[in-house]
Amino acid sequence: MTMAKKKTVFTSRQIFIPIAALLLLALFNLAVDPSFFKITLGRNSAGDPVLTGYLMTILDYGSEVAILAIGMTLVTAACGGQDISVGAAVAIAGSVILRVLVGIGGDGTLQAPILVGFLAACAVSMLFGAFNGVLVAVFRIQPMVATLILYTAGRSIAAWINNNELPIVTDKSFTYFGGFIPGIPIPTPFFLAVVCIALALLVLRYTTLGLYTQAVGINASSSRLNGLNPAFIKWLSFVILGLCVAVVGLIKTSRLSTINYSVIAKDIEMDAILAVALGGNVLSGGKFNIMASIVGAYVIQFLTTTLYKFNVSSDALPAYKAVVVILLVVLSAPAVKDKLMGLAKKQKGVG
Amino acid sequence: MKKRTIAVMLTAAMAAVSLAGCGGSNTGATQAAAPAAAGGATEAEKAEAPEEKAKEQAEAPADGELIKVGIINNDPNESGYRTANDADLKAMFTKENGYEASFAYSLKNDEQITAAQKFIQDEVDYLLLSAADTSGWDSVLQDANDAGIGVILFDRTIDASEDLYLASIVSDMAKEGETAVNWLAGQGLDQYNIIHIQGVMGSAAQQGRTGALDEKVAAETSWTLVTQQTAEWNSEKAQQIVQSVIDSGTEFNVIYAENDDMAKGAVAALDKANISHGVGKDVIVMGFDCNKWALQELLDQNWNYDGQCNPFQAAYIDEVIKKVEKGEALAEKVIIMDEKGFDATTITEDDVNNYGI
Repeated sequence: MTMAKKKTVFTSRQIFIPIAALLLLALFNLAVDPSFFKITLGRNSAGDPVLTGYLMTILDYGSEVAILAIGMTLVTAACGGQDISVGAAVAIAGSVILRVLVGIGGDGTLQAPILVGFLAACAVSMLFGAFNGVLVAVFRIQPMVATLILYTAGRSIAAWINNNELPIVTDKSFTYFGGFIPGIPIPTPFFLAVVCIALALLVLRYTTLGLYTQAVGINASSSRLNGLNPAFIKWLSFVILGLCVAVVGLIKTSRLSTINYSVIAKDIEMDAILAVALGGNVLSGGKFNIMASIVGAYVIQFLTTTLYKFNVSSDALPAYKAVVVILLVVLSAPAVKDKLMGLAKKQKGVG
Repeated sequence: MKKRTIAVMLTAAMAAVSLAGCGGSNTGATQAAAPAAAGGATEAEKAEAPEEKAKEQAEAPADGELIKVGIINNDPNESGYRTANDADLKAMFTKENGYEASFAYSLKNDEQITAAQKFIQDEVDYLLLSAADTSGWDSVLQDANDAGIGVILFDRTIDASEDLYLASIVSDMAKEGETAVNWLAGQGLDQYNIIHIQGVMGSAAQQGRTGALDEKVAAETSWTLVTQQTAEWNSEKAQQIVQSVIDSGTEFNVIYAENDDMAKGAVAALDKANISHGVGKDVIVMGFDCNKWALQELLDQNWNYDGQCNPFQAAYIDEVIKKVEKGEALAEKVIIMDEKGFDATTITEDDVNNYGI
């Protein structure tokens, strides 16, 4: 009973950091320009109703990172390291989708149902995830070093899959996944993110995956002594991340109905890792909170959109992100946290 | 135990797939890996045999003697521009046209220099070079000169004495920008509210294409930049930048994107907000590079303008070599290629097929 209570207090505290950051950003925008929160219902060029406004943009683009944050949180928790190859893996997934849907030298019409393309991308992404997983779990290579291989080679592999062509899908229904489903004015990526999040939470709720991941992350050898298979758990986390990558690949290619191997999903791995860090998860493995990472993902997009709004040069975006991240990470560091708690207690005592 | 077996099986399957992947990429590498390797390994073996052949031919009164050219280029996978450039060179420097060509590809300067040294040892007649980096070429080009090899630069210039090369065939990016800006000025709008999406800052293409627009905006009161941002040639970033302007409610009527990809991203944002674009519509869309799909957009009247960045240098190089072989003097060292700007109102199906890359 006390254990359970303690746990809820802990999780609520962890998710407090990204939510506070979100509120801070929201307050800042409210103070500077309340029109930031304006949402208008209009129609897109196809005549379908769409909601537009900065908040919708945040929901739209933040969802990509949110989906990746699910897998990245599990990898971080189980392996105590991060996968830096997700951007390249998204390029591969997107390339597979286009290869299946249009093929080499195709005229842009669909040659296979979109679902088939997506499932093929899932399979390929999970295989590449499994490859990373084997390097980390079986050969015990540092995750960042192990995934460096795919990080370097991934975009070339993606280009090779389509024989270096840039297939273009002309079918309108393919644009739904990164845009809007006719009649539904909320961007589809948000729904995809909700589905992924719901699935992840259900799995964590009804299976022992969460508990096992945490155990392996905290101490792999003692969890083995307790009958777990740490290598399998670590490997599984990479495969799950692969699945997340495939979904993002679908969204990314759908946005423009084509692909550019060298720039698609560039640096998205950094945003995904940031989301995990912002969520207050221990980056060296162990305890984790997926919802906190997801909120973290939307915080990052909130920040990006805010900076775009103020016409900050997109070159300079990473620098601003870095400042915010340093602040948040320092604030959430145990040493600083304890100090702040101590101060708060003192204040209470005085008051 | 069962889990482990599954894991092992999956691993094996994975490894097989990834190996197949590599193998496939090697055999399928009509462009990248194989010729690059050929530039290194097979050339060494091949070089001796043809050399002897060449000697025999030289001794015999050979009328059909081939001109040996060594071509050093960037990786054709780099961009659509490069792919078109490489295909153009391959089509020109064939046996039928009187050439014996060897190719070497790299995006790295030091590897390119090694390839150049290799070609010098192989005693090619001409060294054609699109340098990855502008510096570091002095000594190797000096070696080439000493060996009596004619050096011709294409696509990219280098920081070296002009004496070291015969000719340099390049695009004038500033002129590309000027052509585009002049075209835009010719549209006769009362007010130009421009969203300017730039390429990777500092690249020659970005500087040239930005320069002309910046000058015009500074000179004319009716020209304003609604926003000027770099999207780093990236369509997704361009989409977000334009999305942000739309969300802010600022009026604009021109999108000046420094390449086709970014223009495409911008148009995706316009479509989402139901802002009409193209010929006779609310927003003028401009791109660069003349990708085939982009020219198709022009033909469909969805975009208004596309500026060419000419990748077809082979004909110019051929002309230079022919002149030098005949002993004629070259009129100019730096040859600037003709580059067009396409207008959606005048573009034809033939233009799309001839100039699309």
